[in-house]
Amino acid sequence: MIVAERKPLDQILEALAPARRILVLGCGSCVTVCLTGGEKQADELAAQLRLAARQKGLDLTAEVDCITRQCDREFAQNLKADPSTYDAVLSMACGVGVGFMSELFPQVPVLPGLNTTFYGANVASGVWAEYCHGCGDCVLAWTGGICPIARCSKSLINGTCGGTNKGKCEVSKDMDCGWLLIYNRLKTLGRLEELKKLRAPRDWRKDRGAGVRRLTHQELVKLEEEAKA
Amino acid sequence: MTEAVSHLQKALAAGRFVVTGEIGPPKGTNLGPVIHEAEHYLKGRVVAVNVTDIQTAVMRAGSLVGCKLLLDHGIEPVFQMVTRDRNRLALQSDLLSAYILGVRNVLALTGDHVAMGDHPEAKPVYDLDSVGLLQAIARLESGSDLGRDPKGNPNQLDGVPKFFKGCCVTPCAEEVEPQIIKLEKKAAAGAQFVQTQAVYDPAAFEKFMKRIAHIKIPVLVGIVVLKSAGMAKYMNRSVPGVQVPDAIIKELAAAPKENLKKVAAEIAGRLVREMKGMCQGAHLMTLGWDDVVPDILQSAGLAP
Repeated sequence: MIVAERKPLDQILEALAPARRILVLGCGSCVTVCLTGGEKQADELAAQLRLAARQKGLDLTAEVDCITRQCDREFAQNLKADPSTYDAVLSMACGVGVGFMSELFPQVPVLPGLNTTFYGANVASGVWAEYCHGCGDCVLAWTGGICPIARCSKSLINGTCGGTNKGKCEVSKDMDCGWLLIYNRLKTLGRLEELKKLRAPRDWRKDRGAGVRRLTHQELVKLEEEAKA
Repeated sequence: MTEAVSHLQKALAAGRFVVTGEIGPPKGTNLGPVIHEAEHYLKGRVVAVNVTDIQTAVMRAGSLVGCKLLLDHGIEPVFQMVTRDRNRLALQSDLLSAYILGVRNVLALTGDHVAMGDHPEAKPVYDLDSVGLLQAIARLESGSDLGRDPKGNPNQLDGVPKFFKGCCVTPCAEEVEPQIIKLEKKAAAGAQFVQTQAVYDPAAFEKFMKRIAHIKIPVLVGIVVLKSAGMAKYMNRSVPGVQVPDAIIKELAAAPKENLKKVAAEIAGRLVREMKGMCQGAHLMTLGWDDVVPDILQSAGLAP
């Protein structure tokens, strides 16, 4: 899932500055699961905005709506509010949702309420950790299911560097050394020979090296065209 | 055996116990004092001098200009290259530039993360890792590069470099097998010599050397000169894979301040002496105390 964290309130207020009628729009998917952008958090943020406005003597109304996914055209039909009647929409979705809503409602500014942080999983109560970098060229088959692109601070592909320190990364004593995790997993699996193979320099084109990425299923595009014809 | 491209390669091939030194370019343009020290204390005493590449991710003058100035002063440089700050275009280009300037020894390193340095907001590159950099150097030496022409054929170089290629390893890492596997890969990618991370435990080093006996490239044991007990403790706390034994810390703590350099040189020299029989050379990292090098060599029994 996509993990995100709430932007600081000051930053949100600054971005909203001239707007008086605001729609706080929650998203019912990933950011609901990671407890940052669902309906409940949208309600909370709206209340905080009203309070902050009152303290500053501003005439501000903040209303709340929430749809299942802000990254999907069909769910926009479930909006109870009409975004185009507001001065601004404060989207509580990940960056995808903010961008997609901006496209659907080009006449109203759609502003981010969150910082989209990573692709991760819930590893302990209240803790989400990064598992995937979305590099476009998955290596998990030979790394024991532990991603060196996401979980090595340097995204190395040939094993640990000299900064590995008692199982931790040189960047922080609270950060596991991804390559030591991979080494231990491969050892457990009896597949250390995978670590011993020389890995050639990566082709970063699929990781934004060739610019903006896009997925096209040609057969679906063709079906759509045929249906239109 | 192919013809040696540098004095360092020649000396190692001849089976001599080889000593290398190291300088770090300053933050700023004033490279004079560093070169002066190298000329005064390292020249004629060590076979080659490493020039660090934006060491510990603290922004400073570059490694290549340091190498060039050493060459101008008749000192053979080892061009350290980290993959943290440059992508494959810049790394390969700088390798060609280095060769054009007369640099023949290269040390391929990953490099400390930008988070460790004084520009933690910088975007780390790591397009290649240290193994990839060695592969890139080997490719240049074959007359091509990592890219392809528009038809998909290997590119052709007009003028082909040839280097003596080095790498690093951490012999006293807590988990040593991953270090050894990586070293095997570096050797397979073309590394011809090793300069190790700092070692203060000869017994642990001996064990490590036995475990890498199958990797047939010369090893220069790394010695970081300990300038004080405080620094030794700091290294134990903060430098991965480095463990200074208590006895050495006590020795430094007991040394009167005016005698510290002498004691530091004594300790470094003793370590070299104790490990001389286990490896092919020593790499002295003096962190600015170049003037202790003559005493270290004296104490190690290597004075010319």
